[in-house]
Amino acid sequence: MLQINNLHATVGDKPILKGLTLSLNAGEIHAIMGPNGAGKSTLAYVLGGRPGYEVTDGSVTFNGQDLLALEPHERAAAGLFLGFQYPVEIPGVSNVQFLREALNAQRKQRGEAILSGGDFLKRARAEADGLGMAQDMLKRPVNVGFSGGEKKRNEMVQMGIIDPTLAILDETDSGLDIDALRTVGDGINRIMRRPDKAVLLITHYQRLLDYVKPDFVHVLADGRITRTGGAELALELERDGYRELAA
Amino acid sequence: MGIGSWRREILRQAQVRDEFRMNALPTRKDEAYRYSDIDALARAWPLPVAESIVVPAGSSFSRALIQDSGTIHRIELSLGKNAVAALHVLNVGGEYGRVELNVTLHEGADFTLGAVQIGSGSQTLEIVTTVTHAEPHATARQSVRSVLAGQATGSYLGKVAVARDAQKTDSVQSIKAMLLDRTATANAKPELEIYADDVKCAHGATVGELDAAALFYLQSRGIAPGDAKRLLLQAFVAGVFDGAADEERLTAAALAKLGELV
Repeated sequence: MLQINNLHATVGDKPILKGLTLSLNAGEIHAIMGPNGAGKSTLAYVLGGRPGYEVTDGSVTFNGQDLLALEPHERAAAGLFLGFQYPVEIPGVSNVQFLREALNAQRKQRGEAILSGGDFLKRARAEADGLGMAQDMLKRPVNVGFSGGEKKRNEMVQMGIIDPTLAILDETDSGLDIDALRTVGDGINRIMRRPDKAVLLITHYQRLLDYVKPDFVHVLADGRITRTGGAELALELERDGYRELAA
Repeated sequence: MGIGSWRREILRQAQVRDEFRMNALPTRKDEAYRYSDIDALARAWPLPVAESIVVPAGSSFSRALIQDSGTIHRIELSLGKNAVAALHVLNVGGEYGRVELNVTLHEGADFTLGAVQIGSGSQTLEIVTTVTHAEPHATARQSVRSVLAGQATGSYLGKVAVARDAQKTDSVQSIKAMLLDRTATANAKPELEIYADDVKCAHGATVGELDAAALFYLQSRGIAPGDAKRLLLQAFVAGVFDGAADEERLTAAALAKLGELV
């Protein structure tokens, strides 16, 4: 589904990714772990197409398409969802308005019928319920006044409504208490653990992986993947730290 | 001289002053025309006589004004005791659009101004207000949002004057501008002239650009760049027309003009 080959990227002329190669197949959940500054968030932003993150070499193919040639909104319509480490607050735009516009913009790009207001609301309410988010938060401005945990839940509600084929989740577990972590983990499993979907979980810690069991764990250090293993690698990292394993 | 003729004399003198002012084309040295398009002003000269609106004690008034043809509007508004007035302005049209308000508040009167100006190309748009709290307990809220693209200039010059006896005055000015291009200009000049000592007068002015992080967030969810900008600009002007006399018409006209910019 996703093939990243020898990816090099810079942020403000500073090389961050230095030859990263990674492959995800449909039906798989991959976790990327690594120390601060290794390039984890840069990888997420490069895949999402954020301005200022420049690819200097390498290629990324998503379902046969050249991902890097697409604009951010086209990547979304192609099925990619980026869960933000720091979801952005947008005063004056309500969650429902934002999500309805987003979903219908994607459907339009894919040549699908636009969802009616009623159908959309039904779907939004079901997702909010599934992720333990109060219904009135759907009407509130996007992320404004939300706690860190509420913002992350809101990311997952968005993912549920948009229903992507590939989710790249950048530290979705940070800022969550134990109960929220379980809810979000259940959400990821329910929405994304399907034979036709894939997930790339970016995380510092093992704890989310207790709920979302990865098929593969990769260590990202100094801009490239230095080690790959199964779910047990995360436990090893938790015990021994990155220093030993990254080298 | 009896009281009646004394008042007539004052009125006569005021008219003479007004006529004098209207005969001489102002320059940019004149505070109220500091950022004006003087050439356009010369073409529009002489200025129209100000429309005078008196809101009697205890009654209310509301008006929606859409400036979409490059004209100069001048309104003098006098609010009697405990009168309530709301004026909503959309200043969008023509090479030069100017809305001038001169508001006098008597005891306990309440005034609201909600204004949006949206300019592009080489437009010059301005809102110039004087709000005089002549007596105690009057309240005023002025909210002005400007969205400016190209080489457009948008200005707000707002004077709040509080008379010596006008205690418990509460007057707020909230002025925000959004520049879509580095070549656009926003001016905000709140001015306070306070002679009473127990008053609340607040003003805030900001000039900013569209938030790049918010734009990327919207796009990452599938919204095209133009639509993402439009959504953020809608949010920026949202609320100003809440409760306006003609809220739907104002909002629709504002959104149409915003749609032209992105």
